[in-house]
Amino acid sequence: MIPLGQITQQAGQWLRGSGPHHEIVISSRVRLARNLAGFPFVGRSTRRQRADVLQRVQRELTTDGLGWDVLWVDLMDCDPIDRALLMERHLISKHHAEADHEHPRAVAIGQDETFSIMVNEEDHLRIQVLRSGMQFDAAFEAINAIDDQLEDRLDYAYSPRFGYLAACPTNVGTGIRVSVMLHLPALKLTGEIEKVRRAARDMHLAVRGLFGEGSDAMGDLYQVSNQTTLGKSERELLDEFEHKVVPEIIAYEQQARQALARQRPAQLDDKIWRAWGVLTHARVLGTEEVLQLLSHLRLGVNLGRIAEVDIRTINELFLLTQPAHLQRVAGRTLEQPARREARASLVRKRLGV
Amino acid sequence: MKRKCDQCDRPATHHSVEIIKGQKIEKHLCDQCAADEGMAVPTAHTPINQLLTNFVKLHSSGGGSGTKQREELVCAGCGLTFSQFREASLLGCPQCYSDFEPSLSPLMERAHEGGTHHVGKVPRRAGRSEVRQQQLTRLRKRLEHAVSEENYELAAKLRDEIGVFEEGGA
Repeated sequence: MIPLGQITQQAGQWLRGSGPHHEIVISSRVRLARNLAGFPFVGRSTRRQRADVLQRVQRELTTDGLGWDVLWVDLMDCDPIDRALLMERHLISKHHAEADHEHPRAVAIGQDETFSIMVNEEDHLRIQVLRSGMQFDAAFEAINAIDDQLEDRLDYAYSPRFGYLAACPTNVGTGIRVSVMLHLPALKLTGEIEKVRRAARDMHLAVRGLFGEGSDAMGDLYQVSNQTTLGKSERELLDEFEHKVVPEIIAYEQQARQALARQRPAQLDDKIWRAWGVLTHARVLGTEEVLQLLSHLRLGVNLGRIAEVDIRTINELFLLTQPAHLQRVAGRTLEQPARREARASLVRKRLGV
Repeated sequence: MKRKCDQCDRPATHHSVEIIKGQKIEKHLCDQCAADEGMAVPTAHTPINQLLTNFVKLHSSGGGSGTKQREELVCAGCGLTFSQFREASLLGCPQCYSDFEPSLSPLMERAHEGGTHHVGKVPRRAGRSEVRQQQLTRLRKRLEHAVSEENYELAAKLRDEIGVFEEGGA
């Protein structure tokens, strides 16, 4: 098993800032909710049933089964900082990270962190695939192949009318959630972001912050995802995202960026260079503050108004400045004041000043 | 062919007809133009628990008998009651879908933009899967029972049986 410590020095592949439309689309994610036939759903399972599910899935994924080279993390035996670390890397949900200590649950993480399978979250299986930039088709093909292979070995709960049965009826049917992480600083600066939120809601899409449900849009990062899973095929949904939803938001953000550059160049440069100034000189930085400054810096790099840093470094800093990552790198628990100092020093180091 | 937005080339998604002084005025706008015009009403996605609360309110104010029956619905598979589901917004087991179907259907329809039936991926083994699912559920239940009765001999036998079954035999 690869120790978790090794994954803290860099970002997962999906954060490398290389995919299509990477100036606005940070990542594309597809997840499937699946449950095993014969068991109650997780919430109504006994501890023993949960342990059975865990054991069975582990067996099928690793040695006796598919033989996949996955990192299997038993979250019951896992240090709280490591659980937070996995959440910060979007490999497990907040819910999975914070669930009751006694609740048997795990996550299987694929090579390069491009996929993960949460076991005993709200559903027995939550499979997800992450890709850098806008790559819905690639993400779907990958997850579909994983799902097919699992389905050869596990009996899924399925009904012809309702499709894949999920613990929450809002996930039933395809069980698919397509989501995209967007960096929308110009829409935020111009105050147009509310229109995007409204339009998205009218299209039955959810708009959430960096860490999904219940998190704020820190660093001007927004996750947009579908809510409808019954009565629409996977293909229809993906096409909608690929050809309608995301291109429209990208166009809208680009218009806002151009408008800022044309009509408010001094104010725009001020935001960007102030961010650079603070990031390269501050001695104490908070989580939210650093994300906001990185957001403005990222905007500046994408608009070609600052060349002191590259996108990949900024993307990595979005992740490495999160509390659990800082503590992992430090190798010990840091209280908030110490974290703020460690954060400022890490940023200065990575920005090369 | 979908109608285009009155103001740009995108497909129209917001449609309204107003009658002003006997004159019929039709508007067809896309999401963005509608938002600009203030036509797009922010219909925040209603979380399922809120839908449920509204649904229950609807039924309790609209004459009692229906509500009572609904609240007493119990899933034969896992013993979950419909009111427990209402509180947590989570179902207990696959069978809840069939046992609660009449009460669940309208909720699901609303949560899924009118979707009532699955369209999409079908497991390759779907043909035999329903019978298998039932058999597996029965075996798993007997196993739970055996363990809680501390009948470990039977439990071991059932585990073996489940193992064989899951390997694709039986």
